[in-house]
Amino acid sequence: MTMILGMPLPVLTGQLLIGLINGSFYALLSLGLAVIFGLLRVVNFAHGAFYMLGAFTAWMLGQYLGIGFWGALLLAPLIVGLVGAVVERTMLRRLYDLDHLYGLLFTFGLALLLEGLFQHVYGASGKPFSAPEAMKGVVRTDFVTVPIYRGWVVIASLVLCLGTWALIEKTKIGAYLRAATEDATLVQAFGVNVPLLLTLTYAFGCALAGIAGVLAAPVFQVSPTMGSNLIIIIFAVVVVGGMGSILGAIATGYLLGIVEGLTKVFYPEAANIAIFIIMAVVLMLRPAGLFGKEY
Amino acid sequence: MIVAEDYETVADSRRSHPAQRVLVLALIGVLLLLPLWVYPVLLMKLMCFALFASAFNLLLGYGGLLSFGHAAFFGGAAYVTAHALKVWEINPEFAILTGVGAALGLGLVIGLLAVRRQGIYFAMVTLALSQMFYFFCLQAPFTHGEDGIQGFSRGKLFGIVDLADSTTLYYFVAAMFVASLFAIWRIVHSPFGMILQAVRENEQRAISLGYSVQRYKLGAFVMSAGFAGLAGSLKALLFQFATLTDVNWHMSGEVILMTLLGGIGSIAGPIVGAGLVVTLQNHLATSGFPVTTVLGATFIVCVLLFRRGIVGELRHRLPAWRRK
Repeated sequence: MTMILGMPLPVLTGQLLIGLINGSFYALLSLGLAVIFGLLRVVNFAHGAFYMLGAFTAWMLGQYLGIGFWGALLLAPLIVGLVGAVVERTMLRRLYDLDHLYGLLFTFGLALLLEGLFQHVYGASGKPFSAPEAMKGVVRTDFVTVPIYRGWVVIASLVLCLGTWALIEKTKIGAYLRAATEDATLVQAFGVNVPLLLTLTYAFGCALAGIAGVLAAPVFQVSPTMGSNLIIIIFAVVVVGGMGSILGAIATGYLLGIVEGLTKVFYPEAANIAIFIIMAVVLMLRPAGLFGKEY
Repeated sequence: MIVAEDYETVADSRRSHPAQRVLVLALIGVLLLLPLWVYPVLLMKLMCFALFASAFNLLLGYGGLLSFGHAAFFGGAAYVTAHALKVWEINPEFAILTGVGAALGLGLVIGLLAVRRQGIYFAMVTLALSQMFYFFCLQAPFTHGEDGIQGFSRGKLFGIVDLADSTTLYYFVAAMFVASLFAIWRIVHSPFGMILQAVRENEQRAISLGYSVQRYKLGAFVMSAGFAGLAGSLKALLFQFATLTDVNWHMSGEVILMTLLGGIGSIAGPIVGAGLVVTLQNHLATSGFPVTTVLGATFIVCVLLFRRGIVGELRHRLPAWRRK
């Protein structure tokens, strides 16, 4: 068996794959945070709760309406996005003129509310959610074993990340969004409906978290606390990467996922805190983050 | 800028109004007599959390820094105090000192990293670092993981006064509480506190006046961590256990809510807020109503409708309460 650094290759690639999968979720979520923050200047603490909401919506669609994985993958993000739009229209909107910390505090309250509600109704234990039949097998080669579904998650998230990047950098609506990020008043003066753009951006960011939730449902279990544990790691990712750049958020997400996976191989005790240690080091060496500009 | 309360000068603040003095003395008198009517353990719990919220407010209200990681200091000190009482079997006053010392040390480390960023990044950094500390507590052998540290006696204060009796403990906790609040009041109204508030109001200007802003922030952070640690140590002494709940991020959220609900940037605000939140939790615990949901909803209502908090709104609405 091939050995690298004293580790059998399959162990190494296996953990690398797990790291890549976690990294996919980190990338999707920190991307959504960056998009929302870029325009709204709100740090969406509820991002983890929307991720959980996506997973739960998929589970409920299956449980109560008999809708399968693919249907849920389409519907759940729409529902989550709609919830996001309602939240933005009715409440979040009022906080734009205040200190950014109020947005953080508001979304923190929202996260607590959602998490508590689902915990009250569905209990703290996880709900199983199975991958579609066609994706249940594994692909085996000499040096790596890839469950098909997990491989698909990595590819799907990569496509979503790059798609979002292209949407923002290459399309007309993306250009409006970037312009509004620079100077919202001026863009509004040109006749662009900026309040609508804000709502759509928040809804879009939440929907991205929702998709991540549906994708995550078969990998992890569907549980009310799945989001709150993740959001703190995402914050660390965002501090490392800086929220200034879309590609930066994506790259940092994958990178930290992989580093975390490798830590599991070489020093498992530190796997939980690897990302936080990296964050501390980055803060010491490059306080603004790897791709950051300070706001 | 998060909420601007009253402005004052050093000269202003050094002078305490006679009416204020009478009020404070009356409140201390009430505090001494209260255990005659109210269950002392509940009162002590209230004081622990009121102190925790006041410590947090020292940082947020006067330094303008929102820490999302204060549970690390509160829970960390609780662990150290519990460990000192149980394993080292030292006197409670030394156990508390050790706990506070640990919180100060932890505050220094986290603070050094956190003050390198501002605003929302500061909040995220403190949250992430305290989560790292949570994972440390989850895995370190001395915390006993999910079980926590429990089953130790409170010991004898200075080797003489037995704290097993809850009335005796009450007066000890009350003394620590009043002394700490006085210390916080002094810090806020000292030249240090004034500069801290200047930094909160206009950091650039404070820098151009020659103040080393980072050091003032760090100083406030460490002091706040120390008082939060004292609150945690007292809580460990009171309930005779220390668990993961105290270091969890939910606890950091709760202390933010207490301060926000009561009123940021006043001495009375956090005390009122802590009282309300603890009472609310006690009521909800038996009602079967989801506590987290109610806390979340309270958060949302606070942020949307009354950002000044209860004490702040009262001061704002009742002109007689405003400082002359």
